[in-house]
Amino acid sequence: MCLAIPAQIIEQPSSNTAIVNVGGTTKTIDTTLVDNLKPGDFVIVHVGYALTQLDEAEAEKTLALLEELAS
Amino acid sequence: MKYIQAFRSAKLAKKLITAIQHAVNPKHHYRIMEFCGGHTHTIHRYGIPHILPPQIELIHGPGCPVCVLPIPRIDKAIALAQTPHVILCSYGDMLRVPGSHQHSLLRAKAQGADVRMVYSVNDALNIAKQNPDREVIFFAIGFETTTPPTAVALQYAKQQCLNNFYVFCNHVLTPPALEALLNPAQGEPPALDGFIGPAHVSIVIGTQGYEKISKTYQKPIVISGFEPLDLLQSILMLIQKINAKQNTVENQYTRAVTQAGNLKAQQCIKETLELRDTFEWRGLGDIPHSALKINTTYRTHDAEQRFKLADTNGQEHKSCKCGAILRGVKKPSDCKVFATVCTPENPLGSCMVSSEGACAAYYAYGRLQHDTQKKTQSHPA
Repeated sequence: MCLAIPAQIIEQPSSNTAIVNVGGTTKTIDTTLVDNLKPGDFVIVHVGYALTQLDEAEAEKTLALLEELAS
Repeated sequence: MKYIQAFRSAKLAKKLITAIQHAVNPKHHYRIMEFCGGHTHTIHRYGIPHILPPQIELIHGPGCPVCVLPIPRIDKAIALAQTPHVILCSYGDMLRVPGSHQHSLLRAKAQGADVRMVYSVNDALNIAKQNPDREVIFFAIGFETTTPPTAVALQYAKQQCLNNFYVFCNHVLTPPALEALLNPAQGEPPALDGFIGPAHVSIVIGTQGYEKISKTYQKPIVISGFEPLDLLQSILMLIQKINAKQNTVENQYTRAVTQAGNLKAQQCIKETLELRDTFEWRGLGDIPHSALKINTTYRTHDAEQRFKLADTNGQEHKSCKCGAILRGVKKPSDCKVFATVCTPENPLGSCMVSSEGACAAYYAYGRLQHDTQKKTQSHPA
């Protein structure tokens, strides 16, 4: 139920909607809950709503930490 | 997809497992509960229990909103669906959950009720717009993750004077459930060393939502993402915290979760919903202040105000062990009807229905492995 997936914003047809790319398919989502989004941003989508913007710098930091562990 | 595949790397997973093996104290038995049903599924889908050192036991928690909804609430949803001129909209999983006497929304639909499966609450709003002569009820379930969209939909309905749109609100809260597990009204709490905390609930409430519980009950909590590397890293972090007796909240899922959470989402909830005095959870019983209802400002959209429905006693199937499984006291394989009478095609209890239920996870992934292990234990070679 609480499953949510990363999706990338393609365009924003209105102030509270966005068309996103989810693993190759496009979908219109509601962006009321997250401010200051722009095309190219990644968001976490749950039941048709963006819940937060994915922090790409933090994602890279986590991956770098794991790589460091693996080296 | 970017930010999914990277967190499924087999090479990094192997290294993390080695690190976990080194971190484990061979004399300690680590009992870790993953609260969230989404984590239960990742754990079984990727075979994580079988690659961890034997000292680590993962226990499944009650974090599946479909599973914890008590039968009387399902009976009410079925009664609402059977009310004349009503269209009842719901997320997919809820349609198959058995209520009293194995009745379900899907069976009600087969008998003529207008029940529709929706992906988003906004779909239910559109159905209400397209059917002004019908009363459209959204059967809202879910933890804090799913609550903000319901709150926004209530605001849309009010702004757009969509007076035929109602919400049957069953939103529940994570921290009170954690507390009820650790401090049960009856019986002993399950022996647990720490928790893997929910990912997407925490996007909304932030890591701050768990600090009081971690401190009061002296348990470490690591908020974890949903991918296999996220879970392995969280398990490593928990083992290190348990070893160091560091009973605090830590965040592994930093790419999405912050300390304060999504303030805008919290505000939307505050404006539309309020705490219930108490709410019944399947398996956990009545928990004070553990669920939300629609507040007086939005009461014209409250299905419980518009349609007065009598309470039912809620008849559980006698053999179903969902309650004990949700408390972390039993495992699905301990239930005698698991995978025999109770299957995803013919579920007797909610844990076999939901895509996040522990029984469904055991059934879908590694059921034969569990069988073999059981046989080996009862008939050692």
